[in-house]
Amino acid sequence: MSLSPLQLCLLFSSALFCVGLFGALARSNTILVLLGIELMLNAANLNFIAFWRFGGAHAPASGVLFAIFSIAVAAAEAAVGLALVIAIYRHQKNIRLQDASRLKG
Amino acid sequence: MITLLIIATVTVVSAGVALLLRNLIHSALLLIGNWVGVAAFYLWAGAEFVAFAQVLVYVGAVSMIVLFAVLLTSRSPADMALAPHTRSRVLAAVVTSGAVLGVLLGAVISTPLPGTNITVPSVTVRDLGNQLGGPHAGAVLVVGVILTVALIGAVVIASTGRDDGKPDAP
Amino acid sequence: MSLSADLLWLIPALPLIAAVVGACAPRGAFKLAAAAAIAALTGALLLSCGALATALAAPAAKLASNFTWFDLGHGAVRLGWLIDPLTALMCVMVTFVGLLIFVFSTGYMRDDARAKQFFCFLSLFAAAMLGVIVANSLLLLFVCWELVGLASYLLIGFWFQKPEAAAAAKKAFVTTRIGDLGLLLGLLWLQDSAGTLLLYDGGKGLLEPAVLAGLGGSTAIGLLLFCGAVGKSGQFPLHVWLPDAMEGPTPVSALIHAATMVAAGVFLMARVFPLLTPDALTVIAFTGAVTALIGALIACAQNDLKRILAFSTVSQLGYMMLAIGVGSWVAAIFHLLTHAFFKALLFLGAGSVIHAAHHEQDIRQLGGLRGPMRVTFATFAIGMMALAGVPFLFSGFWSKEAILHATHAWGVSQLPLYTGLAAVVLTAFYMTRLVAETFLGAPRSEPAAHAHESPAVMTVPLALLAACAILLSLLAWPSPWLQLLLDPSAAANDHADGVGLMALSIALVALGLGAGWAMYGRKPREKSMSADPLAARAPRVFAFLAARMKFDELYAATFGRAAYALAVFADALDRHGWDGAVRLLARLGRFTGLVNREADEDGLNAGFDATSESLRKTGRAYSRAQTGDAHGYLLMIAFGFVVLVFAVLFGGAR
Repeated sequence: MSLSPLQLCLLFSSALFCVGLFGALARSNTILVLLGIELMLNAANLNFIAFWRFGGAHAPASGVLFAIFSIAVAAAEAAVGLALVIAIYRHQKNIRLQDASRLKG
Repeated sequence: MITLLIIATVTVVSAGVALLLRNLIHSALLLIGNWVGVAAFYLWAGAEFVAFAQVLVYVGAVSMIVLFAVLLTSRSPADMALAPHTRSRVLAAVVTSGAVLGVLLGAVISTPLPGTNITVPSVTVRDLGNQLGGPHAGAVLVVGVILTVALIGAVVIASTGRDDGKPDAP
Repeated sequence: MSLSADLLWLIPALPLIAAVVGACAPRGAFKLAAAAAIAALTGALLLSCGALATALAAPAAKLASNFTWFDLGHGAVRLGWLIDPLTALMCVMVTFVGLLIFVFSTGYMRDDARAKQFFCFLSLFAAAMLGVIVANSLLLLFVCWELVGLASYLLIGFWFQKPEAAAAAKKAFVTTRIGDLGLLLGLLWLQDSAGTLLLYDGGKGLLEPAVLAGLGGSTAIGLLLFCGAVGKSGQFPLHVWLPDAMEGPTPVSALIHAATMVAAGVFLMARVFPLLTPDALTVIAFTGAVTALIGALIACAQNDLKRILAFSTVSQLGYMMLAIGVGSWVAAIFHLLTHAFFKALLFLGAGSVIHAAHHEQDIRQLGGLRGPMRVTFATFAIGMMALAGVPFLFSGFWSKEAILHATHAWGVSQLPLYTGLAAVVLTAFYMTRLVAETFLGAPRSEPAAHAHESPAVMTVPLALLAACAILLSLLAWPSPWLQLLLDPSAAANDHADGVGLMALSIALVALGLGAGWAMYGRKPREKSMSADPLAARAPRVFAFLAARMKFDELYAATFGRAAYALAVFADALDRHGWDGAVRLLARLGRFTGLVNREADEDGLNAGFDATSESLRKTGRAYSRAQTGDAHGYLLMIAFGFVVLVFAVLFGGAR
């Protein structure tokens, strides 16, 4: 079985996505959970670029534009997320995610 | 192709190790390596501008926020990576992420995708600028608003909320 | 052996790799980091010799290797490497002196807990400096230039536990940054008016006649570029950081003062010399002359061993800038090369003394070291005579003569010549004072009495540097080899009326040495507390000079105060101006809110109450599902995704 470059790229991004998912699910440290989510976002960006590069007919710059916007939004997400981490820490003196459940019903 | 494999291996392995380590600083540093790897992939694929953006945003900015967050919260009790009482959660994580990985891999391999002989799309910075300033100008404005709101929101969330009304010592 | 321009990048790359190795090595791996640094610099030295062979084979050819960094749509940013005799000579000098300093450091830093980082930073420093030298693009040069600044910050502040070291590092970084801003502006201006930052590009480069002819506003560009050199090379208004930079470990001082940092500014000026107009050169010449005189004056009244050497560096850099200003950049480079060797020698000698005397560096506390430290004394004396310009045997004499002759031949003004000659006397004087106080007489403190010779790893570099301090005379005498190599066109009119000026400067050196001997050498200081002979004769002048002409106080009183006043003004504006406007808006909003509430209370609330009660019940029911466990949510999402995929696949939905 021979894989095309596009498939290799997609396998790469799938692996990165699942590593991020594992991290987000398994770790209890909120910072690491956030970083796992960042990894998943990065994997999505990889897909944009992979399809742009190997995907055949397309508008010339669409994939790159998607990736740029996605990076911008990810930056906003990281800033707010880590600010939340600090707020949580100030509130409960640790950053275990499972302890941050004060708003449950 | 070899380059891609090397980049992919380095990136995935550094991410995996980063999420398994107990020392948060080491995790953050390894993740910076992972982000550099992703930027290397963009370079490999010919998207130089995205690579620059990746380096600037992730390696430059997000990593700093992460390190700050780690340092500001470093007094928390040691985060047990695989402590006994979290074993069930880790198991669930392994099962779930493994299932997702299986589904994704199956989908990627079984889907007929275009072959290798694709013309390389060439996008110069000028093209990007024209696109961003022309058809996508609205989106750029929206992203700007989002970033501003996120910045202000981050400041508000992370601020102590204790304003004693006294002026700062000059 | 020769080296093509395509491979020139290897020269800075090797130390960079060593820096990476040093950074990645485990904490205690001092030997590994040192070995990597020394091996890399040895390799770079060999490659530099190859480059020199290439350059000597074709001295007039500018072998450039350019490549495109990235494409901007119209036009591209291009970088490149360049081999010419200037590059090759500088490379050999930096790698050779750097190598000796590295070897010396293995002895000097052996007992330091962070010696591994030290070698990592040293390698980074050398790599950045070599990058500055081999760059064929001013942009690349600027990048490496800033790396030099970063490395110097790390190294000067290496002992950051000491508050003085941390402050000195900060001062060096901020002060050079002022100059770098000018350099950056100059580069932008150049890019705008010439369209390229490549130096040589097959007829289209900055320094080639076609572009030079079409360049407008060149005086301002030259002066902006000079700003960068003023900062890095410690010229008159921005010289204040250089003497403080000796807070770092002594090998760092040697590296900064001899081979790398301060040489960068002079090198830049020599490199872009064709861009400088006569007006710009006049400014440079006078700046250099003032710097030479001020540095020499202040050096006469300092008591710290390294600080005296630091101010002598300021003074010698002034000479180099003076040479560039009067149009003889070859003389500047000649003095840069010779100065690199004997100043490295002097600093490493000082390091040997400090190492032996248990970090005592006040010359009033030293003395009598001639007996126990023979090798250090002999080599230090050679360095001192080279710096003072003792005739014929020592390289410093020839390079200084070259500068004085060039200054004499300058048509604009003779004032710089007189300041230069005055600085010659002062240089001989303060170096005599330094040697007499440190090595002659009897030991005046406990550490000095118990001093012993340093190990061979420290004395061998000293001996090699001392040999070079003498042998480099061959560059100018018996034939002006360097002049012919670098700039054959200007060689013809040199040494026109040499003998008279040479005799005068020899007499002035003798005067300075004699005065120094009469005051300090004939009757060495008895006790460390006894008054300085110079201070006894002219106490107020001495105090003024000892306070470094109060430049730091002056800057604190002017620029520091101005920045503070600006901050206070901005604070007041913020507090009273903008704050008031914002408060007014807030009041308006609050008023509108009050009006609205009155209307709501009476008209709308009754109806909404009933609706909200039923909403609340529904909400309570839903809230049971919210466990507050973020992991659980994420797990559900992922799990749901898998289930959906299977549903689509096997449920026949497709």
